[in-house]
Amino acid sequence: MTAEAARFARFDFAGALKSALIAAALALGLFGLLIGVRTDTGPTGALIYWTRFDDLATVVGIVFAGSFLRSLLFGERPLRLDELAARYGLTTARMPRLPGFATFRLGHLLAYAMLGFALVLPILFFNNRYALDLGILVLTYVMLGWGLNIVVGLAGLLDLGYVAFYAVGAYSYALLAQNYELSFWICLPLAGILAAFWGVILGFPVLRLRGDYLAIVTLAFGEIIRIVLLNWQDVTGGPNGISSIPRPSFFGVPFNNNEDGFAALFGLTFSTTHRIVFLFYLILALALLTNWVTIRLRRLPIGRAWEALREDEIACRSIGINTTNTKLTAFAIGAMFGGFAGAFFATRQGFISPESFSFVESALILAIVVLGGMGSQLGVAIAAVVTIGGFELLREFAAYRMLVFGAAMVLIMVWRPRGLIGTRTPSITLGRRKAITASPAGEGRG
Amino acid sequence: MDYFLQQLVNGVALGSIYGLIAIGYTMVYGIIGMINFAHGDVFMIGAFTALIAFIVLVSIGVTAIPVALFLVLLIAMALTALYGWVVERIAYRPLRQSFRLAPLISAIGMSIVLQNFVQVSQGARVKPLPPLFEGGFTLFDDGNFPVQLSYVQILIVLTTVALMAGFTYVITRTRLGRDMRACEQDGRMASLLGVNVDRTISLTFVIGAALAAVAGIMYLLYYGVVDFYMGFVAGVKAFTAAVLGGIGSLPGAMIGGLLIGLIETFWSAYFSIEYKDAAAFSILVVVLIFLPTGILGRPEVEKV
Repeated sequence: MTAEAARFARFDFAGALKSALIAAALALGLFGLLIGVRTDTGPTGALIYWTRFDDLATVVGIVFAGSFLRSLLFGERPLRLDELAARYGLTTARMPRLPGFATFRLGHLLAYAMLGFALVLPILFFNNRYALDLGILVLTYVMLGWGLNIVVGLAGLLDLGYVAFYAVGAYSYALLAQNYELSFWICLPLAGILAAFWGVILGFPVLRLRGDYLAIVTLAFGEIIRIVLLNWQDVTGGPNGISSIPRPSFFGVPFNNNEDGFAALFGLTFSTTHRIVFLFYLILALALLTNWVTIRLRRLPIGRAWEALREDEIACRSIGINTTNTKLTAFAIGAMFGGFAGAFFATRQGFISPESFSFVESALILAIVVLGGMGSQLGVAIAAVVTIGGFELLREFAAYRMLVFGAAMVLIMVWRPRGLIGTRTPSITLGRRKAITASPAGEGRG
Repeated sequence: MDYFLQQLVNGVALGSIYGLIAIGYTMVYGIIGMINFAHGDVFMIGAFTALIAFIVLVSIGVTAIPVALFLVLLIAMALTALYGWVVERIAYRPLRQSFRLAPLISAIGMSIVLQNFVQVSQGARVKPLPPLFEGGFTLFDDGNFPVQLSYVQILIVLTTVALMAGFTYVITRTRLGRDMRACEQDGRMASLLGVNVDRTISLTFVIGAALAAVAGIMYLLYYGVVDFYMGFVAGVKAFTAAVLGGIGSLPGAMIGGLLIGLIETFWSAYFSIEYKDAAAFSILVVVLIFLPTGILGRPEVEKV
């Protein structure tokens, strides 16, 4: 084999070995102290340590093997001329394949299939409390994802403090229901309105800020609200939270074993599952409401203004869109759905504390939106199922699941910055349908 | 008055730590215009590395505190700088051409990764380190409230001043500093003139991480405890400092850090210690809304 032929060989063993060795050396440096040495407080209270070189060796070995395989299979070996030509599109003029009509049909099909499954789930799993609870959890996050999608996906405002509105909704419901003994169906809209009100209050001062500053300010607001909830003992109960929050009733009919209870009214034998099933359909209805409102709003001028705002704020201003109102409505409506979800959360759990509304929760909801493809309703729903389902699967490895979750966020940004469903149909088009491609370069942003 | 002076001393020491972290934020923002959300966690990594290195050094017989501390400083700076480099390489460099919010989201992911990596590998419990230097000077004592200036505080302020002097020299007098300033002004033009932009950005992250490591050691010496979550709040405060001083401005980062340290200390001393984090977050909000360019920052021109 000549030197020239070796350069163009399919596998570049020497190069792969070299880069894998470098990666392994880096891993040794990174993990040497943090994995190789474990510290903890000893019996006397002083810090002791012991070594874990076997774990270190395993991790470094994995990095070595991973890097070796990666550079062997997808390595940066010198390209052959025809490959080079193909990369720059010089030989065959292959257009990027736009998702055709079939893909959209498939998307619709999948959406209806998921909806159908959600509708029959309580019947299929009536005796499986775990499945019902998981379903409720997933639907809560689907709803939160759709709510945040209005702010992040449609209006393009990165909100890192969304959980604040969730908290406002939850605490509004808990306090109203406990102190004034209002029913769930009165508290729910009130919680939504209060959350929307907070959305406007928090949104108003930050509207002049650009993307990443806005993100940090929303993060700060979210943290401030959490700290206030934590320290305002008289009203919120501080770190102990609020417990024994009233459970929802079936439009006034309580779920209990009495004469006037739900089971007696409908002639059923009493079961605690009735309430769970009711909660399931309740959150399903709330989530679908969010989805329906979003889809309808997208067809209104305000929805189109949101999407225009996401694409180019300066262009928006120059064609006379009132950016302040546009941003405020996005904030308020997104916050309102967050508030609904919060009220539901409070009534389901029966107990809330500031712990449930930490920054990680915001990051989780944001990750669902980002993972699903910002702006895509179906993508967000799938992402919620995948993320929350994945969390359940990794339940035994509680710390590792956050590690995996963070890594997934980075990898999604690197590989598919537009999310799993990277394409979305524009709400309005000139003449024929045009897909928005997954690559940002395709949008002329360079 | 004595109480006030004591808080002033404490605030300056705390502010020096924030200032050192803030430099990392301000440099990265200046050069590639992104908020390196994981920087607070890089600071946390620095503190952990220092703690582990210190314990290991003591157990293998390096018991002279100054020698051990110097070695710890070198090890922590080197390893944390490595973290800074790897984070940039994995999570930010591939996104340089992506849409504007992509690096920020990626940085949040990286922050979660670093936090949970340390939680998994070192456990969630708070790790204490016995104070290495006891005592200090009593500035004056009129009988009711002695004003103390501890050795650790002196060490923190002196190290910060020395690092700032060295760093200013690097930025204003060396080839690397010139490259960095060139990339900050116009990355594409700099690359046309023969500046290796990728390398300069990498070095920016490396320097920022090394300074964060020093801040981590200072924090460890000052408070005597570290935990895996400490980077989040410290990071937001340091970011506030960077914004307050004017993001992109190095003296601004230091001034902002001092101000945040002083505000936090006085707030805890005179108002309520529970709301001290809320105070820092509120300052961030107020500054961004009313003074988005900070004290020493240049007004940003919005371009199409």
